[in-house]
Amino acid sequence: MAIKTEPFVVNFGPQHPSTHGVFRMRMTLDGEVVVDMEPVFGYLHRGIEKLAEGRTYTQDIPFTDRMDYLASMTNNFAYVLAAEKLAGVAVPERAEYLRVIMAELQRIASHIIAVGTFLNDCGAFVTPFMYMMREREKILDLFDMVCGQRLTYNYMRIGGVSHDIPEEFMPALDKFIREMPGFIDEYDQLLADNEILLARAKGVGILPKKLAINISASGPVLRASGVNWDIRKVNPYSVYDRFEFDVPLGSAGDSYDRYRVRVQEMRQSVRIIRQAMEQLPEGEVWNRMPLRLRPPAGEAYAHIEAPRGELGFYLVSDHSATPYRFHVRAPTLINLTALRDMIIGWKVADAIIIFGSIDICLGEVDR
Amino acid sequence: MTVALSGDEVAGKLKKKFPGSIVESGADSLLVKSESLLEIAAFLKTAPGLEFDYLDFITSVDYLDYFEVVYQLISIKHNHSLVLKSRCYERENPALPSVVSLWRGADFQEREIYDLMGISFEGHPDLKRIFLWEGFPGHPLRKDFK
Amino acid sequence: MEVGAKKRYAYSDAELDRAEGEAIEALKAHSQQPIPDPDKWLDEELRHNILLTTVDAVLNWARRSSLWPVVCFPACCAIELMAAAVSRFDISRFGMEIMRSSPRQADLMITAGTLTWKMAPQIKRIYDQMAEPKWVIAMGACAISGGVFTGSYSVVPGYNRIIPVDVYVPGCPPRPEALLYGISKLQGKIAKRSIF
Repeated sequence: MAIKTEPFVVNFGPQHPSTHGVFRMRMTLDGEVVVDMEPVFGYLHRGIEKLAEGRTYTQDIPFTDRMDYLASMTNNFAYVLAAEKLAGVAVPERAEYLRVIMAELQRIASHIIAVGTFLNDCGAFVTPFMYMMREREKILDLFDMVCGQRLTYNYMRIGGVSHDIPEEFMPALDKFIREMPGFIDEYDQLLADNEILLARAKGVGILPKKLAINISASGPVLRASGVNWDIRKVNPYSVYDRFEFDVPLGSAGDSYDRYRVRVQEMRQSVRIIRQAMEQLPEGEVWNRMPLRLRPPAGEAYAHIEAPRGELGFYLVSDHSATPYRFHVRAPTLINLTALRDMIIGWKVADAIIIFGSIDICLGEVDR
Repeated sequence: MTVALSGDEVAGKLKKKFPGSIVESGADSLLVKSESLLEIAAFLKTAPGLEFDYLDFITSVDYLDYFEVVYQLISIKHNHSLVLKSRCYERENPALPSVVSLWRGADFQEREIYDLMGISFEGHPDLKRIFLWEGFPGHPLRKDFK
Repeated sequence: MEVGAKKRYAYSDAELDRAEGEAIEALKAHSQQPIPDPDKWLDEELRHNILLTTVDAVLNWARRSSLWPVVCFPACCAIELMAAAVSRFDISRFGMEIMRSSPRQADLMITAGTLTWKMAPQIKRIYDQMAEPKWVIAMGACAISGGVFTGSYSVVPGYNRIIPVDVYVPGCPPRPEALLYGISKLQGKIAKRSIF
């Protein structure tokens, strides 16, 4: 006997434990299956691009911290690279290596949260999350030692970094690097072949390779679909061409692959940090520029491989102390383009998993 | 390294097929007329040797006399990039053709430009405000917004 | 799916957007002055020097020792709130490890992040849905006054435009220790309440 059903609208509201911030999805359901989905965001739109036009280039660095607040170091990095390109400023070598060390530590910290919250959504309530936050606290201690802040660092400056590392930093970093691979193995052992994770994430939310390129996806989302495109390899910035590391790729483009790519990227980051520590030269850390920097008129775009994708800054200058246009190429906003395609046809519970595996950060989506 | 193709080089390839549509070509960018933007973009996406299959970003700048929309295109196969620009001279209702049919990544970015700068994109399937709410007075990123 | 694949929404998104936009503009027009902080009763109590009865003492002890926060994670401060809740700074020793998703089951709202006008009606709704007695901790500079983003076209200059706030915790973001200090101040405030 055929049952007559009607489509039903459910609002995954801005306040929801699994939406990683204030993100809203208006879902049209047929029973439990998602028929259509409309993403609504802007609940955290703070007008950073407009505010930045009223502040000097150095005063804009704290704004970049607060966009993707889970990966502030890499945000700072991308912005100062763009500003240095615009102003034609050179960076001392010690500062370049310190920037790389901080960026890779930040990548590990960001992926820890990404993987932890993904597992949280899968149903392992907070156990893996608590274990991973324990490691993240160690990284935050290292950052605290260097710049005094736990979350919004404001560490990098145009022309270098703001402080040199204190004496106790290197031994602490060394200890962390020696222990981290062991911790990653510990989680992997529990989770890689876990039945529930495989059942919930394998084959769920597939992003085909052609679609991934067409929607301008970047970061782990693109690499899990099989596209070998990592900015650190194809367009190396800073001193990344001096390090040896692999780029983990997925094959199926499903949520499980995105999770695996992130875990393996953490291992590669440990490798890069070890090499950077060995090669770290002595010297200055900041090529001091006037605080009210006035770059020549023109435009510049610089992009880096942030933990969530390709983060870029497009700056236009009119030879005054404040930028004429400050635009952020937000990877998470662009990665979300495929969300509707990935979710349609799956059930409500899978929608959460797919959304969690893309790993967005609302501060960056909305700016 | 991603090679940034110079605007002159690409303009040379386009001049024959699209006469009169290139306004200016410099060392780092290529400025085209807004009417021929869609055809040129389609050509750049599929032409052998160019094959720009990845749209890096779209952004817009308000230069008071005109709005300039900047596209950065990347080819994953050849690892080269190009900056394409186009201008709208109208202040009241500026409009440009949408490139969503070529690169779907333009979807949210064009909505963002419409929301914050006020430029409409013809051919976009769902052009409505994305960050601000319906009924917000004006377009904040314009230089004359109070 | 191709571009422009037919939308199969079971509602009219244009109408919904318009209605929500009107609600936001109405709330914005209504919230031009900050709501005064609910602390007048503290002064009165000191003046009359009311001694708390045993019933009050027991009730207040029960209420302050098991405050359940509602899940409300707009922005960066939320990460410090999460850090305060897990392994190292364990908020569970204050009885608060259960973050309730439903506002009906919560009695504390820790506002961890910047408030925008678009989000304001939702925050008001969550606050209204919480049952009495309820308290609000404004965490971070953005919650107190708009923080780094004051003057922006879409940021509310402080949560106290929309809901009454009991404790303000400054910082950008405040360290977990600062948040725990704010919570202990709130517990001190609750201890002085009287049900009469």
